Amino acid sequence: MLSEILVMALMLAGAFFMFLAGIGMMRMPDLFLRMSSTAKAGTLGAGLLLLAAAIHFGDFAITTRVLAIIVFLMLTAPVAAHMIGRAAYFDGVPLWKGTVRDDLRGHYRASTHALETDSIPEEDRLPDEAGFEVRKPDLDR
Amino acid sequence: MSLFLLNVLLALAWAALSGSFQPLDLLFGFALGYLVLWLVLHKNRPRYFRQIPLLLGLLLYFLADVLRANFRMAVTILSPRMKLRPAVVAVPLILKSETATILLANMLTLTPGTLSLDISGDRQTLYIHTVWLDDLEAFRRQVVEGYEKRLKELLEP
Repeated sequence: MLSEILVMALMLAGAFFMFLAGIGMMRMPDLFLRMSSTAKAGTLGAGLLLLAAAIHFGDFAITTRVLAIIVFLMLTAPVAAHMIGRAAYFDGVPLWKGTVRDDLRGHYRASTHALETDSIPEEDRLPDEAGFEVRKPDLDR
Repeated sequence: MSLFLLNVLLALAWAALSGSFQPLDLLFGFALGYLVLWLVLHKNRPRYFRQIPLLLGLLLYFLADVLRANFRMAVTILSPRMKLRPAVVAVPLILKSETATILLANMLTLTPGTLSLDISGDRQTLYIHTVWLDDLEAFRRQVVEGYEKRLKELLEP
């Protein structure tokens, strides 16, 4: 009885987070913000649903598999998010115009693709479309 | 590390002797094994005995952070005018080991609202995209004090 309630609560919470990730995907104004709302909500939602499955079956073999899936999700999802985010920034996907600060700007060396802590001289920087104020505001309508 | 293996073996032995491999039995066996090792190695306790509490502390902190940030993300997404103050912030990286660095980057990405974008080639700076930059110094302090110091203590002697 108790475990049934727990299973239901976990599944509801998992589905809710997936739902939020979907809404976030629609509403967020730029790629990085969309990634922020989906990469982890997906992991958390899937993790909660898997956990519900493990508790529902209460079987050792299933529990270990669920734990393995969660561990692999938590190891791989952030790496994918990091690679997509980096590639997007490097390719000049614009940041939303409301972005208040961009410390990455002027730190990529265009000729070697290296990221350096010190500021890069003007002529070797990425082209400027990676900067602010490219996209039309979505929120101020 | 070998002490950790020994501790796991003790947990397995406990489960085998009590004849039940339920998660709770294994956890209890692990705690008992930890206590036994702690008592046996009382003269010169290795680093392992500091690492387990540190690991638990880090996990609890991370879990609390994830819950808090998830709640904030839910409120942000569902509110009619989303309150966003996104920013890409450079945070000094004090960690030396690769394991600690990748753990830091992954934990930050798994926390809603922050996304680790890149690490500079000289491993001095971590660039993080955040959804709500309330206060620059507070954000940096949160990453350095909350995660980096703990990871450094845990993984770098």
